[in-house]
Amino acid sequence: MSSEKEPLFSSKNLKLLTTPLGSQNPITVQVLGICSALAVTAKLEPSIVMSLSVVFVLVFSNLIVSLLRNTIPSRIRIIVQLTIVASLVILVDQILKAYAYEVSKQLSVFVGLIITNCIIMGRLEAFALGNKPWPAVLDGFGNGAGYGLILVLVGFVRELFGTGNLTFPGIGEVQIVPDIVYEWGYVDNGLMILPPMALITVGIIIWVQRSRNKDLVDIS
Amino acid sequence: MENLLNIFVKSIFIENMIFAYFLGMCSYLAVSKTVKTSFGLGVAVVFVLGITVPANYLLENYVLKEGALAWLGEGFEDINLSFLSFIMFIAVIASMVQLVEMIVEKFAPTLYTSLGIFLPLIAVNCAILGGSLFMQERDYANIGEASVFGLGSGIGWLLAIVGIAAIREKIKYSDVPAPLRGLGITFIITGLMGIAFMSFMGIQL
Repeated sequence: MSSEKEPLFSSKNLKLLTTPLGSQNPITVQVLGICSALAVTAKLEPSIVMSLSVVFVLVFSNLIVSLLRNTIPSRIRIIVQLTIVASLVILVDQILKAYAYEVSKQLSVFVGLIITNCIIMGRLEAFALGNKPWPAVLDGFGNGAGYGLILVLVGFVRELFGTGNLTFPGIGEVQIVPDIVYEWGYVDNGLMILPPMALITVGIIIWVQRSRNKDLVDIS
Repeated sequence: MENLLNIFVKSIFIENMIFAYFLGMCSYLAVSKTVKTSFGLGVAVVFVLGITVPANYLLENYVLKEGALAWLGEGFEDINLSFLSFIMFIAVIASMVQLVEMIVEKFAPTLYTSLGIFLPLIAVNCAILGGSLFMQERDYANIGEASVFGLGSGIGWLLAIVGIAAIREKIKYSDVPAPLRGLGITFIITGLMGIAFMSFMGIQL
């Protein structure tokens, strides 16, 4: 591994960034981080904020753990990792409370739950502990983005079909389905806002992804 | 007493950890292949939630909350340590899990071997930290309510994982479309179970 001589965005490094978006997606393929992914997706805005928070925590925890990887004794590494992640999450939580109070109320306990988000521990264990800082940052960013992609997709579908509006951060609620469609008799599907539909939406995303990419099909 | 029963039933059925908040989904999806192992994990979760929620309740109310340090003396009344709660809660949970593991290993070796790897993994199960954070957010009046809430959410989680494991054991014999097999169908079944659990919402206690 001579990463000093490698260009910053060599093909190997780019791969770290792009595979988590598709064939190694943390949610639909690696099954990591489902816990907090589903509960915040009833609207688009909290999904976007949640994704950004996870990307931030994942990039920096990967970077810190990767820098410390030779000094962390392997027996207590879980505690060390939890402490690093928890400090970063406290930072995110305080920033959200200060600058985006409404959203932080909507996200409620789920910001805190980023600590036990399996994506973070999974990537720290699987990647950051054995790799140099720069690839670890890319890996963190790629996985965070893959997580965010699914979150935004689910949030988009649920809010659009559930209320006919979309909420963007900074702009607020925008009506997407025009009034004339309602006059023709279209009715919002209130069920989409309720928790169980998040699971079914993700189930359908998995179905679509796997029918396009046959390698991912579960043989068992 | 009525109040406690109310919290208990509510945390099992209406505010079920899995179906209403999706907490602990990672282990829920990974371990629910057979009823036997999922029951073992469920019992461990009930156990750990039943201990950590009251423990964190004490921590929250006597150390972290604004004014909680008043029992130390005059000068401590306006200290607010609540920004430390995440890191304290996770530390309590990690050490409790370690402690429970040692106690179970010493006094119930058969249970220990049957739980195996699941016991240490509980430390990073979102349902456990989630239980403590919900306890903090809802501000329960006394430690009795907090413990009943912890136990109830644990039992709700147990119920959900045993239910899905039983369904997955049967669904092996069904003709599911290939891309939907495994993960996809598990998600959709969980969604359908969640819709069924939503019918408890109307219950007035």
